[in-house]
Amino acid sequence: MIKIENLHKSYITGSNSLHVLKGIDLEINQGEFVSVMGSSGSGKSTLLNILGILDNYDEGSYYLNGTLVKDMSEKKAAKLRNELVGFVFQSFNLISFKNAMENVALPLYYQGVSRKKRNKIALEYLDKMGLLEWAEHMPNEMSGGQKQRVAIARSLISKPKIIFADEPTGALDTTTSYEVMEILKEINEEGITIILVTHEHDIAAMSDKIIRLNDGVIAEVIKNGDLKSWQNQYTKEVEAIAI
Amino acid sequence: MFDLDLWKEILSALKKNRMRSFMTAFGVFWGIFMLIVMSGAGKALENGVMGGISAFASNSAFFWTEPTSKPYDGFQRGRTWQYKNKDIEYIRANISDVEYLSPRLFGSNSRSGDNTIRGKKTGAFNIYGDYPVFFKIDPWTPIKGRLINDIDILHKRKVCIITERVVEVMFAEDEEPIGQYLKLNGVFFQVVGVIHPETRVGIGSGRKEDTIIIPFTTMQVTYNLGDDVHFFSVTSDPGVPVSKVEQRLQELLKDRHHIAPDDRQAIGSFNIELEWVKYMGLFTGIQILTWIVGIGTLLAGVIGVSNIMLVIIKERTHEIGIQRAIGATPGKVITHIVAESVFLTVMAGYIGLALGVGLLELMNMALQSNPNPDDIFFRNPEVSFQMALAALIVLVFAGIFAGLIPAKRAVSIKPIDAIRDE
Repeated sequence: MIKIENLHKSYITGSNSLHVLKGIDLEINQGEFVSVMGSSGSGKSTLLNILGILDNYDEGSYYLNGTLVKDMSEKKAAKLRNELVGFVFQSFNLISFKNAMENVALPLYYQGVSRKKRNKIALEYLDKMGLLEWAEHMPNEMSGGQKQRVAIARSLISKPKIIFADEPTGALDTTTSYEVMEILKEINEEGITIILVTHEHDIAAMSDKIIRLNDGVIAEVIKNGDLKSWQNQYTKEVEAIAI
Repeated sequence: MFDLDLWKEILSALKKNRMRSFMTAFGVFWGIFMLIVMSGAGKALENGVMGGISAFASNSAFFWTEPTSKPYDGFQRGRTWQYKNKDIEYIRANISDVEYLSPRLFGSNSRSGDNTIRGKKTGAFNIYGDYPVFFKIDPWTPIKGRLINDIDILHKRKVCIITERVVEVMFAEDEEPIGQYLKLNGVFFQVVGVIHPETRVGIGSGRKEDTIIIPFTTMQVTYNLGDDVHFFSVTSDPGVPVSKVEQRLQELLKDRHHIAPDDRQAIGSFNIELEWVKYMGLFTGIQILTWIVGIGTLLAGVIGVSNIMLVIIKERTHEIGIQRAIGATPGKVITHIVAESVFLTVMAGYIGLALGVGLLELMNMALQSNPNPDDIFFRNPEVSFQMALAALIVLVFAGIFAGLIPAKRAVSIKPIDAIRDE
């Protein structure tokens, strides 16, 4: 599904060059639920943006669903994003002057689906998220958890193969965070690949595989089976600090 | 292709941002409104002035006599002289390129005191002796009865045609003037017509409304004028500049009346063609000025739209970033922004156009309710359909122009930078 080799990315600000990703090799298969962790500045968001074709990279190669994504025209990128990819952001990124239903329906508008049909589909997805009666509400009338569920519905409506979630629970309290993670898990069980960036260990622990980035390289990949022990170790670390 | 969804998207985006949309639209509205109103007013001035003179033959020249300024052929300078019937006959027979020739006599005029009497009523008017061909050069409309005709000339009939003003002064309100008699300088003339001037151009002295016209031949005989001709008007054949005819006639008349060829004063002449060209130039100038000012105002409006669109796009960078993340292609984003801009400018322009035309129509109604339409130098304010169409086309292009620069900017940013923009 996703295959990257020796990926490099630098940000150039004035005369300074900041080397963010320093050669990443990664393969993610269809249906996986992967979280990317790392301290701030480790390059995890940058990696996710490159995977989501929202940003470009300098060196290496990136294959998305078998297509090489490099120096792609914005038109083609937009099409790929629309068909293959869904995004969930920390700050929800709903369009403020559209109601929940219109927000959810927007990706289908870019696919050329008629208004009536796409609104009907949007209502179905809102229903799945338990937000049917909120369909006519504007984003500013909803709670953070509700907004994030609207955003998830929007990312799903185009039936993507991959969902990229950049700290989807970052702006939510624990209870709501767990609800959102439950939804993401359900989505994953339907066969959609989910790649999640987070810095919260308990959130990461709900995924199948954790990729730990450190200073622009992959420091560690922890698979499902090891998660339990990893979590224990983490808990011990926390306890040690607490003492 | 009409994309209903696109328009619904645009309408809802505009509706959600009413104030912003209104402010954007106002500049364009004002520009086109001013263009229409100014152009209409300019046209009205033209209509008013030209309406007063357009019926007058624009290829005409006029001749009168002045004392000579140079001694010549045995005559002293300062000699007064007159054109004669023979001159007229000679010109008619020998000069080509003359279309109409209309000799005229000046009878007593309104400044010399009351010259018209009917019973107990008296009045002071300008009395002229004319040929029927005169009405080809300076058209008058008979409201009642008829104009002077060839038989009047032939039989030297004592008939007269008078203006409405003369009727007003000399007759009671319910009296029928046709068939009645007026005593003009002691001689009775029968009224055969009531006439209305089609132009404001007056030949002779005094107000054109105070005119009484009698047959030329009658005046010569009745008032002992011999074979004198005081004045004549000529028009040139179509395609021949009247100034050419004017010059030839000057030379001819000098020769026939023993006037020095280089005497610039003795023959008074006036050529309306030159005046006409001046008028036309003036109104072309007004129209050009209107367009320059109007287009300038419109351009300011368009730059305003573009400016505000830039701000809007900056404001919406985040929103556009989201849209691109969920699959909006650059083409779609550009189309959206440009269509929004065009829609705004055209809507605003159309409203400006409609209100401008409405205002002109109101002005027109106010002008038409004026009881003395002939006194107003401002008539039928109007804009042509072509002009309205041209203005709308300019608006569409202006809208595209105003939207394109911001739209290009909006898609030149990487989607991730756009999303991060708060």
